[in-house]
Amino acid sequence: MAFLEISSLQKDFGSARVVTDFDLAVAQGEFVSFLGPSGCGKTTVLRMVAGFETPTSGTIHIDGQDVVSFKPNQRNIGMVFQSYALFPNLTVAQNVAFGLRVAGRPKAEIQATVREMLALIKLEALGARYPFQLSGGQQQRVALARALAVKPKVLLLDEPLSALDAKIRVSLREEIRAIQQQLGITTIFVTHDQEEALSISDRIVVMHNGRADQVGTPFEIYNHPATRFVASFVGSINVLNGILLEPERGIVALLGDVQVHLGRPLAGRQNDEVTLALRPESVTLGGNGGGVQLKGQVESVNFLGSVIRLSVRVGGNLMLLDGFNQPSSPPPKVGETVQVSFGAEDLMVPGE
Amino acid sequence: MRGRRLWAWLALILGMIYFALPLIGTLEFSLRMRRGEYSLDAYRVILSDPHFHATFGFSVLMALGTIVLGVLLVVPTAYWVRLRLPRWRPVIEFLTLLPLVIPPIVVVFGYIRLYNTSSWLPLTGSVGGTNLLLLFGYTVLALPYMYRAVDTGLRSLDVATLTEAAQSLGAGWITILWRVILPNVLVAILSGAFLTFAIVIGEFVLAALLNRPAFGPFMQLIGANRAYEPAALAVIAFAITWLCMGLIQLVTRFQKHTQIRQR
Ligand SMILES: Nc1ncnc2c1ncn2[C@@H]1O[C@H](COP(=O)(O)OP(=O)(O)OP(=O)(O)O)[C@@H](O)[C@H]1O
Ligand SMILES: [Mg+2]
Repeated sequence: MAFLEISSLQKDFGSARVVTDFDLAVAQGEFVSFLGPSGCGKTTVLRMVAGFETPTSGTIHIDGQDVVSFKPNQRNIGMVFQSYALFPNLTVAQNVAFGLRVAGRPKAEIQATVREMLALIKLEALGARYPFQLSGGQQQRVALARALAVKPKVLLLDEPLSALDAKIRVSLREEIRAIQQQLGITTIFVTHDQEEALSISDRIVVMHNGRADQVGTPFEIYNHPATRFVASFVGSINVLNGILLEPERGIVALLGDVQVHLGRPLAGRQNDEVTLALRPESVTLGGNGGGVQLKGQVESVNFLGSVIRLSVRVGGNLMLLDGFNQPSSPPPKVGETVQVSFGAEDLMVPGE
Repeated sequence: MRGRRLWAWLALILGMIYFALPLIGTLEFSLRMRRGEYSLDAYRVILSDPHFHATFGFSVLMALGTIVLGVLLVVPTAYWVRLRLPRWRPVIEFLTLLPLVIPPIVVVFGYIRLYNTSSWLPLTGSVGGTNLLLLFGYTVLALPYMYRAVDTGLRSLDVATLTEAAQSLGAGWITILWRVILPNVLVAILSGAFLTFAIVIGEFVLAALLNRPAFGPFMQLIGANRAYEPAALAVIAFAITWLCMGLIQLVTRFQKHTQIRQR
């Protein structure tokens, strides 16, 4: 049994089913992100693990123990909230010491742990400050130290970075990941920011309408989306509708008459409709991106820095393509007719 | 524009005269005990009266007891209502306002009927029991102020998240109330406490009808039997009330500091 095992978890609020058939096994020391749009049930699952909500059915095992009947204060779980939730009347050091004092640890041990935790978050000098004297990023680091001080079995973070500005968000997420790896603590991290999830997770759970659509490594999620929802939610994607011509040989007609050989057998029958997906970075401006060659008209050019994103109207479809910025070759202008190309092998079939 | 301003000033001055004139009159009168000159004789007489000491001490004790009982009653209730029963808040708020609507005389007659010596719980039969009854009565009278103060204090806290944070760190309900909620509403409690103090010190009806030696009945007694001393007593009572108000102001300023803290 995995260190944290959630099986057939279900949660109803009144007549609304918010979490459905949720299964997840998290190994010890693993960093798992819950990724999904607002209202998909991420927080609800997390709160059930923490004990703040009771599952309608299903089990949650931590370290081999069924914890569903345990109260939140018996579960030994560290929790970090979006709003920091530091105790305003306590100093930084007292906040970090809170859990240890509640547990009645000896004074010397508390002091040592607090010092160790403050060093971990690099705020040794600010132990005597009150929360209102700290920046948001500092407060969240204190909240992290406070949660870690009691050596919890599992660390739960619910959108801990959402209240911070973009720069801090990136540096703090790397710091969280580094601390997590250093301590080897089993972690669940809730976010609706896909870049955040992709960059720091061992595995990602993509949630949709209370279900786990896909559980996989960032690489798997991005390159082999299990459902159409995952394909469109994680990263930008071009969705192309086609007709299956020859399932065994993987031949599909795209945009009406363009025949594409995927080179692998596809599920389905002849003349079935299929949905294919293509990442913008798989499409190349010009003719040498692969076997599939198309012509279209540039509709917009977005300069994103190292990447330039074009949208090109091909047939009736709008197609996104990403190319690297090259100082020597400026991008095409809006309205220009351009050739685009991609390799048939880069076409993804969600759910395949 | 100018005219309007003039009227505003006029209204203000009229109001000040309305409030200040009787006070100034009382103060002036209280200083005239010695014929032909101002003196503090009336105050000296009052302050050296052993009944003054006894009744004032009794009322102070009652006030402190009321504050403690009120805090024990109100803080957990207001906290729980905010945390788990938000839909009940209007009902609870209405209940805590009732003492403002029901006259104390009704309350005390209710008490006397319910707890007289021939009832199932004869509280009025003993001094301790009557004191307890008086304490309960005072707590009821102070309820609107105490509840409002604490509830306002709780509003500036994210009660639900702080509770969950404390729970996840292993804290039970007592610890949460004692270490997290209470310290953060302390300032609110203090301002409620000063109001309670001022109310209890001046209260007459409950103490008189329960026949307890409180400060209120003492003031009434002096007022009925002496000439200059009641005026001095009134000034003293006013001073106490104002001191309480001043302390509330002081504490509220202190609260601004803690409110910034919560940002
Ligand atoms: N206490 C509750 N009572 C009723 N419905 C609730 C309750 N808590 C959550 N819900 C509903 O459950 C659904 C999932 O909520 P949840 O908070 O888990 O979403 P989320 O994925 O965390 O979203 P977000 O990214 O916005 O935080 C929502 O539709 C929400 O309205
Ligand atoms: Mg949420």
